Amino acid sequence: MVCKRIIPCLDVKDGRTVKGVNFVDLRDAGDPVELAWQYSRQGADELVFLDITATHERRKTMVELVKAVARQVNIPFTIGGGINELADADILLNAGADKISINSAAVRNPELINQLADAFGKQFVVVAVDTKAAGERNLVHLNGGRVATHLETAAWIKEAEERGAGEILLTSMDHDGTKSGFDNVLLKQINDHISIPLIASGGAGNTQHFIDVFQQSDADAALAASVFHYGEILIPELKQLLKNNHINVRI
Amino acid sequence: MIGIINYGAGNIFSLTAALERLKIPYGMIHSPEDIDGYDRYIIPGVGHAGAAMHKLNETGLVPVIRNLTKPVLGICVGMQLLTSFSEEGNSQLTGIVPINTLHFSGKIKLKVPHTGWNNITIEKRTSLFDGIDDGTYFYFVHSYFIEFNPEFTLASAGYEIRFSAAIQKGFFYGVQFHPEKSGEAGEHILKNFSLLAT
Repeated sequence: MVCKRIIPCLDVKDGRTVKGVNFVDLRDAGDPVELAWQYSRQGADELVFLDITATHERRKTMVELVKAVARQVNIPFTIGGGINELADADILLNAGADKISINSAAVRNPELINQLADAFGKQFVVVAVDTKAAGERNLVHLNGGRVATHLETAAWIKEAEERGAGEILLTSMDHDGTKSGFDNVLLKQINDHISIPLIASGGAGNTQHFIDVFQQSDADAALAASVFHYGEILIPELKQLLKNNHINVRI
Repeated sequence: MIGIINYGAGNIFSLTAALERLKIPYGMIHSPEDIDGYDRYIIPGVGHAGAAMHKLNETGLVPVIRNLTKPVLGICVGMQLLTSFSEEGNSQLTGIVPINTLHFSGKIKLKVPHTGWNNITIEKRTSLFDGIDDGTYFYFVHSYFIEFNPEFTLASAGYEIRFSAAIQKGFFYGVQFHPEKSGEAGEHILKNFSLLAT
């Protein structure tokens, strides 16, 4: 049986790992390659690298970092940030990335999802969605939550799936950085609505939050950053706890 | 030394990085003239099986591969190319192992692609799985699967249905999972392959 996945996310700026509380105050948490290697040793199932400033500054992605990670790390990893066209993705694939994550570029040009899936296979294409509640609705936001769109979150995710997304990385901007738990209600609603894997993101503060997200939303994977980077949650202990709670994980 | 069949389908960097970590020497094969001088071969591959087969045909390597009498390991789509047929694009493949590659969609209710770590059941003990326990987890990502076959399936995995996680026919081996991305267990498989008797 396929396992629920634990995914540390390394937000990277200028070659260093950072994690912003609600994407604003950045703290330096170390060398991404070394962190990645440590996480793979601890039992992380997968890694995500997001260049959180890439979209805002139109910065091209981190080919050298991807190569350095691929040389040293023996688990899959996804790279996101600044991927706007097929050529960007092609460079990252050849540098050793297993998947690429697109966010704003997909909203601006939804056809990019089709193009990437056709060229590289849908398993290569993660569509990241930042969502924020706006009254009764959940709307897709861009540029690290700075810019609201008119897209309704569930409808956009369905469209992304139909266009060829292989996986959805859904971050609740209302929960991100709060350490108050994942947005399990929204995650369950989305998860019931799609037939591709869903990665839950935003709000992890303690181990119970991981139990809750898997039990309540049935998401395929849970992603977090600061709780792992600052050693507040240790992956081997987290996985043992999940297993004790009858959640299927790789130990 | 391992010859990697480099026909332009997917991420060779991760594979070569894994071999380098394991200090296993390798070279690249682009055309039939490159085939000599190796004692075993790897056929990598990700993406669309039909497109991959088209690229492999263009290299002229297919007849040469069919006649190899040294260990060959197909990985993911590289494994699927060893089979006769894929429902992906209704593609005719090499037919080295006379079984088929089928689409998960329509056959299962679970999500497709099958993405993540899944545990395998070893159906037949061979040197490729030396030191690997039954139930070990490997990393899979695929929408098409090779049907279970009592003769050719070396290891199976379950995703609502049982499918071939590893196959063998003579010198030809295939693994559906990515050994280069499956942690220490995956590296162990690559090491075992590099030590298979020739």
